[in-house]
Amino acid sequence: MAVLENVGGAFQLTEPFTEEKVRSLKVGDMVEISGMLLTGRDAVHKWLSDGNEPPKAEVNLQNSIIYHCGPVMMKKGKNWIATAAGPTTSIREEPYQAKIIERFGLKAVIGKGGMGEKTREACQKFGCVYLHAVGGAAQVLAERIKSVEGVYGLDTFGSPEAIWKLKVERFPVVVTIDAHGNSLHKVVEAESAEKLKSVVEKIGK
Amino acid sequence: MNKTLQKNLHDSLVEVIRKTSAELPNDVFESIESGRKQEQEGSSAKYAMNIICDNVEIAKRKSQPLCQDTGTVLFYIHFPMKTDYELLQKLIKKAIVSATKKGYLRQNSVDSITGKNSGNNIGPGAPVIHAEPWKKDTFEIKLMLKGGGCENVGAQYSLPDSRVGAGRDLKGVEKCILDAVQNAQGKGCGPGILGVCIGGDRGTGYAASKEQFLRKITDKNKNPELAKMEESVTREANTLGIGPMGFGGKTTLLATKITALNRVPASFFVSVSYMCWAFRRQGAVMSPKGEIKKWLY
Repeated sequence: MAVLENVGGAFQLTEPFTEEKVRSLKVGDMVEISGMLLTGRDAVHKWLSDGNEPPKAEVNLQNSIIYHCGPVMMKKGKNWIATAAGPTTSIREEPYQAKIIERFGLKAVIGKGGMGEKTREACQKFGCVYLHAVGGAAQVLAERIKSVEGVYGLDTFGSPEAIWKLKVERFPVVVTIDAHGNSLHKVVEAESAEKLKSVVEKIGK
Repeated sequence: MNKTLQKNLHDSLVEVIRKTSAELPNDVFESIESGRKQEQEGSSAKYAMNIICDNVEIAKRKSQPLCQDTGTVLFYIHFPMKTDYELLQKLIKKAIVSATKKGYLRQNSVDSITGKNSGNNIGPGAPVIHAEPWKKDTFEIKLMLKGGGCENVGAQYSLPDSRVGAGRDLKGVEKCILDAVQNAQGKGCGPGILGVCIGGDRGTGYAASKEQFLRKITDKNKNPELAKMEESVTREANTLGIGPMGFGGKTTLLATKITALNRVPASFFVSVSYMCWAFRRQGAVMSPKGEIKKWLY
């Protein structure tokens, strides 16, 4: 039996997020996540890699999923609402990501645009996947956020850079780096580079 | 400016910001729709294009930002000669503060020295305002919101460039543009639209490349050589197989828009700006009383 249930073409990744579950995924799989996502982008990655860590009672990064996202947040009474929450470009976190995957045993990283060799290797070694959300699709993705469960570092990092705890349901992503050493980004880039060579030849001198 | 004009202009400006942030212009949406039809059923590319189209619909219905990165705020305006321009600038800033409070714009302006977010999108260089007085008694306000993801994949080349095999001619220009597409891969949130300037200096070249995004996707360049290059770059880029979000696929570019500025003999720049599919550009003509008379896109 498959590790993850497939509904309408998308594998359902639900809590608890485990190594077995993410290792069952491969490049090109469409996935829907239900559970908690923690946002983290430039400032948080730098801060974590400097050796800092939020208090566990507030944010538990262990075995979690980090989402490269700086949402638009509005406060309605006591509650926060994410009114726009698409992914930001992941490659900026490449210098930090592998270490953070190892340190916290991250099970997935969500972002856009793909990541590099160090992250690909860390995914393979520690059992993590890189999940690509559709960049710019801030409304489709915000609709899948069912509640905002808290925020850490709002004053220190500012709203787009803070760690937001987002409870999501059927959050749509595509696996572009799996836990077996495969990267869609690497393949597409190599193939398009080959094609570009012949286009350049055609243009001529 | 009397109080009524000030109030009307402020409200009209907030409305321009709202509409720009939440609604994709029709010419862009039609182009995305035709790209979606080309992608193969069941592919990641089709999946991405379907999500993009759903997103456009939801953002418009809810009047919320198409993309959470509401980007650099770039105004292109014409105003009547007699206008107090200093006051107009203040009104624009006030409208941005209001639009940020309403959630049409994310808090998106960061002090480059301290790293502190100003919280209201105002600060040195924010917003960007290109303004010119004109002889008409109406105001023309165009607005572009350009996200950081696509801004980061822009590129400037200085010809000759041996790395891309580009000499100091139009063939060299075309090679540079395609190289920029290859380097961008999916990082600029494709399918993208390119704005290109041949010539100028490093500053004017980039500025002019961005202004190309004020042109409609469907328009045709008046210069026949540039028109030919625009078509050729788009066609060739779409053979590279980068596809929506870099997932692989047929739709890598929706359009290419090229302009040229004179250069000094020693310099030959090619400046390439990349616009994501969430191409937020709108404009309106406002009456002498500051009320919106007509939308431009």
